[in-house]
Amino acid sequence: MTATATHAPPDPAVSGLVPSGQAPTGHTRTTKPGGGAVRARRWRRLAPYLQAAPLTVTLVLFLLIPILTILVVSFWDYDSVRVIPDFVLTNYTELLTSPVTWKTYLNTLKFAGLTWAITLVIGFTVAYFLAFHVQSTVWQMVLFLVCTIPFWTSNIIRMISWIPFLGRNGLLNSTLIAAGVIDQPLEFLLFSDFSVVLAYVHLNALFMVVPIFNSMMRIDRALVEAARDAGAKGWQVVWNVILPLSKPGIAIGSIFVVTLVMGDFITVRLMSGGQSASIGLMIANEISLLQYPAAAANAVILLAVVLLMVAAMLRVVDIRKEL
Amino acid sequence: MTTGPGAGTTVELVKLTKAYGATVAVNAIDLRIAAGSYCCLLGPSGCGKTSTLRMIAGHEDVSTGDLLIGDRVVNDEPPAARGTAMMFQSYALFPHLDCVDNVAFSLKMKGVPVEERRRKAREMLDLVDMGKYAARLPAQLSGGQQQRVALARALITRPGVLLLDEPLSALDPFLRDRMREELKRLHRELGITFIHVTHSQTEAMALADLVVVMNQGRIEQAGPPRELFNRPHTAFVARFIGGHNVIRSADGLRAVRADRVQLGGGDLRTDGTVRALEYHGTSVHLSLDVAGADDFAVIVDEARFYDAPLAIGAPVQIGWNHADAHPLAS
Repeated sequence: MTATATHAPPDPAVSGLVPSGQAPTGHTRTTKPGGGAVRARRWRRLAPYLQAAPLTVTLVLFLLIPILTILVVSFWDYDSVRVIPDFVLTNYTELLTSPVTWKTYLNTLKFAGLTWAITLVIGFTVAYFLAFHVQSTVWQMVLFLVCTIPFWTSNIIRMISWIPFLGRNGLLNSTLIAAGVIDQPLEFLLFSDFSVVLAYVHLNALFMVVPIFNSMMRIDRALVEAARDAGAKGWQVVWNVILPLSKPGIAIGSIFVVTLVMGDFITVRLMSGGQSASIGLMIANEISLLQYPAAAANAVILLAVVLLMVAAMLRVVDIRKEL
Repeated sequence: MTTGPGAGTTVELVKLTKAYGATVAVNAIDLRIAAGSYCCLLGPSGCGKTSTLRMIAGHEDVSTGDLLIGDRVVNDEPPAARGTAMMFQSYALFPHLDCVDNVAFSLKMKGVPVEERRRKAREMLDLVDMGKYAARLPAQLSGGQQQRVALARALITRPGVLLLDEPLSALDPFLRDRMREELKRLHRELGITFIHVTHSQTEAMALADLVVVMNQGRIEQAGPPRELFNRPHTAFVARFIGGHNVIRSADGLRAVRADRVQLGGGDLRTDGTVRALEYHGTSVHLSLDVAGADDFAVIVDEARFYDAPLAIGAPVQIGWNHADAHPLAS
């Protein structure tokens, strides 16, 4: 009784999988069909994991391991010639107690804030024009592609092309002097916060246009008519209907722009002429001085700050319905 | 312009035309809709009924002709200044606002303080039996519920004319019948003019005081439903409103109601064969193959049919009286 009871449970499942027409012969009854069923069951259990494996491996190799490495290195020690595996908090204490860090963070946040605000206004306006004022789909596509033309060249070239335009004896200053608008060349145009923000806006505006345009294209045109039917004027329609319904696109665009500006170092270096700093530039300098642990600690803090900013944006806007 | 309840407005179309480039959607139509009446614009898709409604609403420009609401020409007025309110086919509820704020939207646009407009919106939601769903978002409502909210949102502006674009087409048949009653009740209680676009002749017959049958941008016939059903002017009207046979005879086209055709009786007789038959409870619907008519329908009282039942393929003699054959314009 007890012996049969312990053997019984697997049997119904196994026998259920044996085709009734094939009466199992004596020696296959206990091994082959049972083994096949178990294999099939095991395969069914494994399949989802195998399907998820390629992405998991990619993420582990190229995201998780590098970040963990940075995290580990950020606790190491270093001197002017070596990096010493260790567990010290000096990288963090030096970083967080230095007024330079705080000033640089403030500066980076200022750039990010200004760039965000300006790209938001430009992005919303351009997307609104494309989505609601351009009637023909063909023109919509043409104008949309026109927006992407600057992206046919690299970031660096687009930035550098501002230099001969904005410089002391650049195109803009000479034109203005020739036209008699100014006597002295305008100094603030190049190698200033102005030129840095200008370049950021130039580089990143499209990242705001695209998701907002995408959100706007999903807005049912009948909603605009319903709003007009209810007596809404042009700006009331924008404020009460289009803006709230574009929020997911605005959030996605904001995440792009803010993370790109927060992590940038090359734009600040080129466009400020070395007179301004950002966290990215600070990390780049530390790397060039071989102070890897300090750079790693800086990167960990920057990552945490940016993730907090993204989390804050996602709290304000639910972007799930866009994905 | 706002009007109190019980004050419908007349709507008059004078040679009203809508052209999209070379295509003429609405071709110089004239129509007068009396204050407080229930008008149905009826026709197949592409007949111009929706364009007409959208011109009345102000969501489509008038190409030529005049549109009068009350005693004013409103061709160039914005929608909200016309005293009309539109209920959209897709309902067009604002997905980011709850029911109260959806209904209160037009009051917000006018600058009515938040407490007052929310109170009025709740009253309006009660009128359409949606009071208990006030805090829900449109996505959390069924189609029928969304429609009630859309109705409340249209009515809160106290319009003189309510415009309904295929209001019942998205509902299941059971709900459609209930909403039909509801619309009729609201029309009776509010006394305002209703203009309702539909492609269903049953809906138009059931609701309207004035049915306007449109075809290819023109009005084929406009009149009370009984007049339309008993005296269709054209073959198109006779076919579109259903229940009629269009017969080619020596002196032109004639329409005969399917329920006036007799099996083996009548002044005028012809032969046919039974192609299909359907049992409908109170009656039996027969489809016959008859020379000179492309699709001949006969509706016979159930009891009378089963006194002498016919099978598919059986030859049958049919007939009708002179008085039941209405001449049609060709």
